[in-house]
Amino acid sequence: MASSFARVLSSKRKVGILSLVGAGSLTVGFFLNREQHVNAGANVRRIYPPSAEYPDLRKHNNCMASHLTPAVYAKLCDKSTPNGYTLDEAIQTGVDNPGHPFIKTVGMVAGDEESYEVFADLFNPVIKERHNGYDPCTMKHPTDLDSSKIRGGNFDEKYVLSSRVRTGRSIRGLSLPPACTRAERREVERVVIDAVAGLKGDLAGKYYSLTLMTDQEQQQLIDDHFLFDKPVSPLLTCAGMARDWPDARGIWHNNEKTFLVWVNEEDHTRVISMEKGGNMKRVFERFCKGLLEVERLIQEKGWEFMWNEHLGYILTCPSNLGTGLRAGVHVTLPRLSKDPRFPKILDNLRLQKRGTGGVDTAAVGSTFDISNLDRLGQSEVQLVQTVIDGVNYLIECEKRLEKGQDIKIPAPISQFK
Amino acid sequence: MPFGNSHNQLKMNNSCEQEYPDLSKHNNYMAKVLKPALYEKLRSKQTPSGFTLDDVIQTGVDNPGHPFIMTVGCVAGDEETYEVFKELLDPIIQDRHGGYKPTDKHKTDLNPSNLKGGDDLDSNYVLSSRVRTGRSIRGFCLPPHCSRGERRAVEKLSVEALGALTGDLKGKYYALKNMTEAEQQQLIDDHFLFDKPVSPLLLASGMARDWPDARGIWHNDNKTFLVWVNEEDHLRVISMQKGGNMKEVFTRFCTGLTKIEELFKNKGHAFMWNEHLGYVLTCPSNLGTGLRAGVHVKLPNLSKYRQFEEVLKRLRLQKRGTGGVDTAAVGGVFDISNADRLGFSEVELMQMVVDGVKLLIEMEKRLEKGQSIDDLMPAQK
Repeated sequence: MASSFARVLSSKRKVGILSLVGAGSLTVGFFLNREQHVNAGANVRRIYPPSAEYPDLRKHNNCMASHLTPAVYAKLCDKSTPNGYTLDEAIQTGVDNPGHPFIKTVGMVAGDEESYEVFADLFNPVIKERHNGYDPCTMKHPTDLDSSKIRGGNFDEKYVLSSRVRTGRSIRGLSLPPACTRAERREVERVVIDAVAGLKGDLAGKYYSLTLMTDQEQQQLIDDHFLFDKPVSPLLTCAGMARDWPDARGIWHNNEKTFLVWVNEEDHTRVISMEKGGNMKRVFERFCKGLLEVERLIQEKGWEFMWNEHLGYILTCPSNLGTGLRAGVHVTLPRLSKDPRFPKILDNLRLQKRGTGGVDTAAVGSTFDISNLDRLGQSEVQLVQTVIDGVNYLIECEKRLEKGQDIKIPAPISQFK
Repeated sequence: MPFGNSHNQLKMNNSCEQEYPDLSKHNNYMAKVLKPALYEKLRSKQTPSGFTLDDVIQTGVDNPGHPFIMTVGCVAGDEETYEVFKELLDPIIQDRHGGYKPTDKHKTDLNPSNLKGGDDLDSNYVLSSRVRTGRSIRGFCLPPHCSRGERRAVEKLSVEALGALTGDLKGKYYALKNMTEAEQQQLIDDHFLFDKPVSPLLLASGMARDWPDARGIWHNDNKTFLVWVNEEDHLRVISMQKGGNMKEVFTRFCTGLTKIEELFKNKGHAFMWNEHLGYVLTCPSNLGTGLRAGVHVKLPNLSKYRQFEEVLKRLRLQKRGTGGVDTAAVGGVFDISNADRLGFSEVELMQMVVDGVKLLIEMEKRLEKGQSIDDLMPAQK
């Protein structure tokens, strides 16, 4: 197979050479080679026509179901990525999970970087719907990790209890969690452990493998709210992400417990910067510094992150494309949260509320998790600024309501800058 | 086609050591047998439909151990799995089925007149009687591996065959995805409805994919003969009724099964069967007869008797709670059934259950009166 992303574990040097060529020409190569990728996989086993295999999506409500017409299915069902990942595998989670009570789920995942290309006829409309009109065919995604551009970002700690920024990164050349073999997963772990071992100063830390951690270490990680567990959500388990648990899964964090990396959970890596209190600016500074440093360290060894100029950073779930960034605070808003205008205010500020347990939880008391709605089409700096400006506005509203003053619904801010 | 393992060829680029699963904390039959050398030998193979070694063992890798029983830790994706991965499955079968050798032959006997007695189990103690087995349709992949098209074809064939049953076997099919609320409630009340599997043992093997597509329940109008379609196997066939007339339950079971087999043959389809493994099913634990014949029986005194487990063992019987596998007994009522599946015929297993339960009831009656049961202790069957 002559695919430019031939996934052979010993070809780090090959990947290194590609990275010297530069992201731009990689992207060109990516799209020019479309036909090649499309034919590169082995023939998928088919004894029934597509119409007999087409899933029953009549009771479904997710983005995949909205766009997987019989025609699209017929076109794509015989194809596979160079690694052998198929359409049926990509959509399995959406077939198995018809709908989610709170949110319209995406309903499909990528098994590798090439999935987004080979199954573009389905991924593109799904991405467009999920990311509010972002068109991967025509638009470009800006990446900006220069935290010095942030204005403000030091919240009133009477209201903001904690600040957090997270994203994900995938290691180019290795399959993603739904499809990876045990060897690939272990290689991801090895590459990441190697890199984070090179972090110094306030970023110096330690890795805790899920298979090897002691009871004591486990308890400490639970107390710190760092430990992630085997996924129970059927959205994830149906996509095959929990296979071989807990093999090659682990948690790394710095000694100060403000910078954290999850290895091989829902993505190759999830990177989290967090602190108690309201200093979002510092949280984001550490976030950028840490991310860029880890990137530099893996590049030294000939590896790089999956990225292209249309989709930004490539992650398992299409909902996390672009920046993969969720920047948020835990904030107490007792009066504002009871105001009927609260949802509209959040909407116009392009913010999302969740309970303090994260996605799919309810708020406790009047403390909410408030974070950016968008992931793709705006840069990291832009999204974090949006959160900072938005949370400041919410706090202003709360203060006004405290004094018996009225509040205003802000004008909707523009989405793609 | 379960997750990510269809690209087996690419995996061959990595060494055996890199791919071999970590089974150091595992306690299932697969983990006992699958040493690195065997993994190395088998990992390049696949069945004609593309089922691979990693597909076979995924459930055992993901589920290190079970609190109550030693699980098998592997499944078949098609009939050929048992041949292609013989070197893994034969020792597992031998271990799980009491020493059954690769050269042994399995007897099938579905002639109910060969069963002696069984029509008079004391219904003061025996609340209900039930016999179940499974059947797979030759030429189709099994639940861990089948595509939607195949699963639907199995459903269509099954519905057609069952639709031709007559007399006291005449009945109706309820597709899981089409049933009305009223039908659903009735099936729950009758204890017939099966739900999407929640056990990680089943989920990890990919059997719950596309739920509830092409799954359904058929039962006769009398509610004594029931077929599950596309749950853990292509077909699960169940004969049941209240009370202790095991003979009647078994007779209906045999008649129904034989009739269904005939109807399938008329359409050019056979059940998966061979003279070494008997009826071929998804889980190696159900090979041979696939038969579990049991009763719900009240044994409040005997179950507290210090040698209860030993008695069951000697009678080649197994106890479960009244919720089925992985449940605890409630109020002294136990589900007592045959422990074996392979190496004994259906009639032989039924005979063990009938004779064994009779003895258990006799022991219970003695203990009720405060009498000893030492003279009743059976020899090891």
